[in-house]
Amino acid sequence: MASTHPGAASGDLLGVEGVSVSLSGRQILDNVSFGVRAGEFTGLIGANGAGKTTLLRVILGLQRPNAGRVLVLGAPRSHRNRSMGYVPQKILLDPDMPLRARDLVALGIDGNRFGIPKPSRQRRDAVDEMLHAVDAESFADARVGTLSGGEQQRVLIAHALIGRPQLLLLDEPLANLDLKSGQEVVTLLDRIADEHHIGVLLSAHEMNPLLPVMDRIVYLAGGRAASGPTDEVVRDEVLSALYGYEVHVHTLHGRILVVAGPMEESGLPPDPSLKVV
Amino acid sequence: MHWVFEPGFFSSGPVQVACAVGSIVAVVSGVVGVFTVMRGQSFAGHSLADVATAGGSGAFLAGINPLFGFVAGGVAGAGAMEMMGVRRARGRDLATGIVLGASIGLAALFLYLGTTRSSTTGASQQILFGSIFSVAGSTVPIVAVLSVLCLAIMALVHRPLLLSSVSIDMAAARGVRVRVVGLLYMLALALAVGLSSLAIGAILSTALLIGPAAIALRLTKRIGWAMLTASLTGAGAILLGVLLAYDSYDWSSTHAYWPVSFFIVVIIFLGYLVTELPFVRTAAARRGDDTATVTERGR
Repeated sequence: MASTHPGAASGDLLGVEGVSVSLSGRQILDNVSFGVRAGEFTGLIGANGAGKTTLLRVILGLQRPNAGRVLVLGAPRSHRNRSMGYVPQKILLDPDMPLRARDLVALGIDGNRFGIPKPSRQRRDAVDEMLHAVDAESFADARVGTLSGGEQQRVLIAHALIGRPQLLLLDEPLANLDLKSGQEVVTLLDRIADEHHIGVLLSAHEMNPLLPVMDRIVYLAGGRAASGPTDEVVRDEVLSALYGYEVHVHTLHGRILVVAGPMEESGLPPDPSLKVV
Repeated sequence: MHWVFEPGFFSSGPVQVACAVGSIVAVVSGVVGVFTVMRGQSFAGHSLADVATAGGSGAFLAGINPLFGFVAGGVAGAGAMEMMGVRRARGRDLATGIVLGASIGLAALFLYLGTTRSSTTGASQQILFGSIFSVAGSTVPIVAVLSVLCLAIMALVHRPLLLSSVSIDMAAARGVRVRVVGLLYMLALALAVGLSSLAIGAILSTALLIGPAAIALRLTKRIGWAMLTASLTGAGAILLGVLLAYDSYDWSSTHAYWPVSFFIVVIIFLGYLVTELPFVRTAAARRGDDTATVTERGR
């Protein structure tokens, strides 16, 4: 069984150690620790307001923690860390914004640099290759603001990946997508984690769409976290300890439901396809 | 051709200066304006223009070149707005609104004091609504230097500014110093507003900043092309406005030159209306190939 606060193991791509954050007097994160490994898909799961975005901002260095530290490849993270790619929760772009999908991907190469870039064949090829990797070729020349949510996610993923990061952070990438687009994005990320041997940390309020690909889970509730392999964390006793009251984990046709209250009152029939719990 | 280009149009000194200043200012406004429209900062641009009004009328009162007042006012306003914070959009909106009201009040006082002292009643017209024909030839080098400075800033921050216009967090995570980039951009915006105030007046300067850029964003889908289109559109509007104002002496009933700013603003407005026409939008989209693709995919 996973303990509620396992420290990050040495050799982890990303180590979050005892991170606590208070914002305007409210405790958002309370002694959160976990690790992310190369080539693995880690789901950061929690309800709205559980502190997922704050945790990602701490990892990115956009938010200073009150306690704890973030290790990248075993060393404290530096301000300009090139080893992380980031896909924000949502971008609101006007359809009139003169920015094609391929331009946004190109900004992933050197968007932080001053001056005018020299157009080069190498640069164009790198962009084309990345657009191909995320299946975005068919809308590469469309304005980003005119793309659908799923298409924008692909472009943002390509933008984050073109700098060859070792770790990819995604904040609620499935939140505004229909089920099919969401599934496509998850499959794409799983493939990328595998092919590029990078760690993927993805936040979501629903764990079920991630179950087929998720290697490890970080479950956030009330500012605290439990982490480990999914079947070791998503258990009655671990989640009850995390929430501080009795919750039960049910599996229904391969889908996991977490409900409060004693088992008998939930009224759910036992499921023969029970896989994980 | 005499009925288009009145005799003496090309040899007139004020016309030559107006055309030179107008073309330079149009390029600066086009380049900066594309980002202003894209970042949804039209209101910020207009507020800077109002602070520039106070600066320009202060300069008039002090008896110095209004261009220095326009630029100094704009830069001071940009600094103040930046200090009010980048993230709290609502609070900044409110503070900006109050500052711009105060600026116009200050301008009213300066212009009143200035006109009672020197009894030049044309000053209010010149500061508020511009008079490009009265720009001194000696101002052209100053306009050129400030324009080069503004364009240099834009060339410097181009990429990080574009990235932070997409998402501040994405830019910050990438190591962009978002505040430094934002501050440099506000400085460029202040310079553009100051220069544009010289050409078409402080109150109207936003029209030159926003109008051509809005037209360009309708027609192009690459930022470089948008800047070029906005610059050419603005320059075209100014040159045509200068010509029409020069000609107006002959056909206006009172035989007086109508204000150039009036013609420039009307041309920009009509240009914007044209890009709103359904068939123009469709043609632009087809050439741009983006909206058409989206339609095919059923959105």
